[in-house]
Amino acid sequence: MINGILFYTFATVLVFAALGVISSRNPVHSVLFLVLSFTQSSALWLLLGAEFLAIVLVLVYVGAVMVLFLFVVMMLDVNAEQMREGFTRYLPLGLAVAFVLVVEIGYVIGFKIPGSPFSSVPEGYPADYSNIKELGAVLYTEHVYAFELAAVILLVAIVAAITLTMRKRPGLKKQKISEQVSVRREDRVRLVKVEPFKE
Amino acid sequence: MTDLTIFMLQTWGALPEVLRFIVVTTLKIFGIILPLIIVVAYYTYAERKVIAFMHARMGPNRVGPMGILQPIADTLKMLLKEVIVPANANRFLFVLAPVISLIPALAAWAVIPLNETFVLADINAGLLYVLALTSMGVYGVILGGWASNSKYAFLGAMRSASQMIAYEIAMGFALVGVLMAGGSLNLGEIIRAQEGTVLSWFWLPLFPLFLVYLISGFAETNRSPFDVAEGESEIVAGFHVEYSGIAFGIFFVAEYANMVLIAALTVILFFGGWLSPLQGIPGLKDSILAQPSFGWLASKMLFFMFCFLWSRATFPRYRYDQVMRLGWKVFIPITIAWIGVEAVMSYMDIGPWA
Repeated sequence: MINGILFYTFATVLVFAALGVISSRNPVHSVLFLVLSFTQSSALWLLLGAEFLAIVLVLVYVGAVMVLFLFVVMMLDVNAEQMREGFTRYLPLGLAVAFVLVVEIGYVIGFKIPGSPFSSVPEGYPADYSNIKELGAVLYTEHVYAFELAAVILLVAIVAAITLTMRKRPGLKKQKISEQVSVRREDRVRLVKVEPFKE
Repeated sequence: MTDLTIFMLQTWGALPEVLRFIVVTTLKIFGIILPLIIVVAYYTYAERKVIAFMHARMGPNRVGPMGILQPIADTLKMLLKEVIVPANANRFLFVLAPVISLIPALAAWAVIPLNETFVLADINAGLLYVLALTSMGVYGVILGGWASNSKYAFLGAMRSASQMIAYEIAMGFALVGVLMAGGSLNLGEIIRAQEGTVLSWFWLPLFPLFLVYLISGFAETNRSPFDVAEGESEIVAGFHVEYSGIAFGIFFVAEYANMVLIAALTVILFFGGWLSPLQGIPGLKDSILAQPSFGWLASKMLFFMFCFLWSRATFPRYRYDQVMRLGWKVFIPITIAWIGVEAVMSYMDIGPWA
């Protein structure tokens, strides 16, 4: 019963937060609603017993990605009215896509096709079951090539992003921090012994 | 037994199990949080006293004997002062921001093992949980800076956010080294993996990671010498310049609670948590000094909490670009290199984690 109450609480907040993302006027509020919906969905994952995924969702999305998002949105002067202009024009298309998505999800879960993994409720694991260990074991044995491939693709993306933004401007004055850090007292201060003045 | 106790026990037994669980857990939470708040209050007093002695001053000495009631007087003062919300501020977020910065600092204590048996939530992924929660603390700072609608506050928030992101990565990598050595993400298991003498605690085999973790901890809590987010001489007081009264007080409590948390984590991950430093000495084998206890955890924590104050009185503030350079170009390569060394060593079955 407790699980049910928790699930519906988190799910309701999640749905409202997701609506808030697309309906709020202030882009910063939208980002914050997105953060809220991430934390709620991580709570749902915790209820399912997937503690690794839940915590990583918070760690990666809430703790890192959304902070950068917030950063950018706060710095940019986003004009919400301008972005809202096409709302009515794109509404039918958006609704159609949403409808297809809902039907698909309903088809998989609601109609309970015999033989599909959703046709019955999967059995829960005991409390001492560590899904971190299981995930690690699968990720680094069976799927190790796909995993490495994903890592390489991400690395290429990072390199590409850095090369795109790197510009060399001539005549730029830069600080050479390694020189500044390695400076000694002798380079900067000279102690002089001054003879006292006497009449 | 009197009738009253029997009656109370019966009532307790008649409650549904869920309700009993909730009541017991809530009491445990208060049992952790209330002492923590008192520690935080007296940490501020200790800071003023310690720094005063380092400056050859007296420090607070008016309220109560030796100024011992100073934190209570400060709290009362802040509670009674008006919380001024700037006219153009975003009211809701302005009030929410201090709370958001305080909650992760307190919630992370759920997985901290206080002695061999007592931990509020003994979860598998304790280390990840701590990492996830400490990474959420940055929201309080960013929102506080943004919602104030002030240039200084915003600059402070931006500085603090980029600094926290940079040092979080170094911290996370340092933790990877710890969990490789400990073989678990559970904080209790990590402490048990360090059993033995002082030399088998992880500070020695993971010395570079320990240094990186401690220094990143200073940066993560925006403490001196990395307190560029506050930078009184440049941006007044950074993200909390517009806050007054208890709203400012909560930011203050959050900062100190985070410091206590980092001290606790350093002790647990690198200094054997509740293990006794006298454990391996043959003559003391059965004495109480060699037993693991909360006292050892607390005394080690006190040392690292002192280090926070010590560094504030010792080092001048870093320049902002140097803070960034240290985080990205020095700490992250060091941690990655040491993780590589550790991986090779554990693959070849040499070293303490074989």
